[in-house]
Amino acid sequence: MSRPVSYQEATARERLQHLFNAGSFEEFLPPSERITSPHLPQLNAPVAFDDGVAVGRALLGGVPVYVAAQEGAFMGGAVGEVHGAKLVGLLRKAVQDKVAAVVLLVESGGVRLHEANAGLIAVSEVMRALLDARDAGVAVIVLVGGANGAFGGMGIVTRCANVVIMSEEGRLAMSGPEVIETANGVEEFDSRDRALVWRTTGGKHRYLLGDCQRIVADDVAAFRAAAQEAVAALAGGETALTLEALEAEQKLLADRLQNYGALPDPIDIWSAMQMPDAANIPMMDADSFIAAAASHRQGG
Amino acid sequence: METLNYRFEQGTRRLTAGPEVVGVVGSGNLEVLIEPAALDGACSIEITTAAVGFGQIWQAVMHDFHQRWLLADTRISINDMGATPAVVSLRMDQAVETMLGGAA
Repeated sequence: MSRPVSYQEATARERLQHLFNAGSFEEFLPPSERITSPHLPQLNAPVAFDDGVAVGRALLGGVPVYVAAQEGAFMGGAVGEVHGAKLVGLLRKAVQDKVAAVVLLVESGGVRLHEANAGLIAVSEVMRALLDARDAGVAVIVLVGGANGAFGGMGIVTRCANVVIMSEEGRLAMSGPEVIETANGVEEFDSRDRALVWRTTGGKHRYLLGDCQRIVADDVAAFRAAAQEAVAALAGGETALTLEALEAEQKLLADRLQNYGALPDPIDIWSAMQMPDAANIPMMDADSFIAAAASHRQGG
Repeated sequence: METLNYRFEQGTRRLTAGPEVVGVVGSGNLEVLIEPAALDGACSIEITTAAVGFGQIWQAVMHDFHQRWLLADTRISINDMGATPAVVSLRMDQAVETMLGGAA
């Protein structure tokens, strides 16, 4: 076995290379097509030849899937018009080609605000395309383990998927820490308190609250194994969003607000969930955390 | 933003692999897209950079790059976000080496 490859530290293209069968990634609209943002040059800002996302097909443990990988280092993975259109096109093509699953390697701060309405519309179109794909029987798996996490519109897109796989280092939320601090003050949320930020938005908290279904170590091989299992588990089964699932989600959220709404820190929530040694949770490795969380976590 | 164009004639090394991109358009970094192109034996380099006014340094770095590799019929396109000359040189070498590795 070769040494572990950090998912967090890899670029989008390195993740594609390591996660899927070697050499199997076949890109749609590769950088040589130069499909770049029409908005950024008007703002005197640099473009990327792939607009910050690589889309295409690949083999996941030999199983054909469609994939997209967002590059967090380019504008925080933010979704512009072209970037969003590539994701929408991929999801629609997956329906057309009756692919078993789409694997989205999400790393994004959300809408690319430079592109204003075009970016906002792009993200909402991604959500619609994702739910259309699920409705057509295409399972959608999202992986969150990059340094920029999954925030804003891409946080919502992530939660629209069938299965969300995270590492502790991955983060998932709507408003990012600095946005909350700006809007509600440092007393509400200190965005420079990194431990607090990761306790609140990081993978372990999301796993305990039921916002993600799998948590893995920051290792490409662990993400690969979890993604393979998710694709296999969903193969041929029901992938569409159902009324029952929505009602269960609504209940989960209502209970969360009821039970934990007044608690100021995730540690208080973990204690309220009867997690043993709650204060020590951030220090646990993935395997012992999963074992400890087994009978306490919420959601499916 | 500033766009710079360079063309070096009479290279000797032709690349046969498909287009490759290395690097990321992030702060202090750049992406290099390298692809074979019929250019009468020349190597053309187009740079779009966020750092304006460094034409002379780019000229020197590109000249050194050409001396190292003597590429022929190759088009290189760069999106730069303020990478230092050393980073630029390393990325460009990485781009060529990726092409050569892919062909082997």
